[in-house]
Amino acid sequence: MQTTTETAACPECDSQITFDRSPLNGQVARCGDCGVELEVTNLNPLTLEIAPEVEEDWGE
Amino acid sequence: MTMTASIIGASGYTGGELLRILSIHPGVRIAQVSSRANSGKPIHRVHPNLRGHLDLLFCDPADVEPCDVVFMCMPHGKAAGDIERWRSIGKRVVDLSADFRLRDAEVYKQWYGGDHAAPSALDDVVYGLPELFREKLADATLISGVGCNATAMTLALYPLARNGLIRRVIADVKVGSSEAGAEPSAGSHHPVRARSVRTYSPFGHRHLAEVRQSLGEIDIDATVSAIDMVRGVLCTAHVEPTERLTTRDLWKLYREAYADEPFVRIVAERNGANRLPDPRVLVGSNHADVGFAVDEGSGRVIALCAIDNLVKGAAGSAVQAMNIACGFDERAGLEFPGLHPA
Repeated sequence: MQTTTETAACPECDSQITFDRSPLNGQVARCGDCGVELEVTNLNPLTLEIAPEVEEDWGE
Repeated sequence: MTMTASIIGASGYTGGELLRILSIHPGVRIAQVSSRANSGKPIHRVHPNLRGHLDLLFCDPADVEPCDVVFMCMPHGKAAGDIERWRSIGKRVVDLSADFRLRDAEVYKQWYGGDHAAPSALDDVVYGLPELFREKLADATLISGVGCNATAMTLALYPLARNGLIRRVIADVKVGSSEAGAEPSAGSHHPVRARSVRTYSPFGHRHLAEVRQSLGEIDIDATVSAIDMVRGVLCTAHVEPTERLTTRDLWKLYREAYADEPFVRIVAERNGANRLPDPRVLVGSNHADVGFAVDEGSGRVIALCAIDNLVKGAAGSAVQAMNIACGFDERAGLEFPGLHPA
């Protein structure tokens, strides 16, 4: 397996996300700073988008 | 290096928290603990959590002997009148009351309704909020403790205020019952207090004077409500910023302000049950959790800060300030991480 270090900015907080191995399209990662779940949507250039999650809604 | 510390007026909640924190401080030996009303009694009669942990008796304040640090935990208005005596007993004095929080005697009179009893001492005071005044604390001999609500508001807003980004702000502050102190009152009586959400200060809370002193003359007001919680403060500040800000901008501003702070954590996640600050997980901890969100439709920024009012809002900040003034590791005695569930 190819070993490399690639980085991309978190689209939520701008923190640098580091991949120790070559990322795969569709791979899910988590930002260590803001905790947001991210999805790799493009490999060249390496692009991350915020993964969709169900939101809390307590209204009645 | 071991220093001696004595606590004056130690029968209240902040005195109890100082005892708990200093009892595990690697560089401090608690010398004397005074309480006029409890003189001669063991401290666990008043602070039952310290039973078997600290073997000390309360003494009369008149019997307190010279030591390295005096912590004063007397009611507001009592400390200033005796300050010269206590400064002659302690090489350093940390006063946890409101008497020395405001630098200007005229401002004090405006907010506390009487002449300051020791205006000449005000020139020597350093406000004990390390995140803003660390350099001044390094050689301070007279340190003022912080207001708990003021601490939550100040830390929530500091990254915005120091960059001139606040046009107007209204802070909604929710507080626990221990803020009212150990003496009972009509508002703290259990049948009145339990399960209520009681707004006791809809505007013009005294702690706003501290916030303005620390952050500059920003346009701020606050509504403070007592909720069904023993410890804790949550400040939710609604900010009209001077320019449009994005979530990324806010991360940058808060990181720049707090990245190196040992006791400030940024809690601003998109998901999860604990994505924004909650004082419940800070019980017993000296941490301040700050967070933010932006309504991209209106541009309104919501800035939050949660603390334990008795620790980061009182005794913990006082010990952190003492650590800086005395050359200890700033974290000494203060590394308890809080409880979950609490």
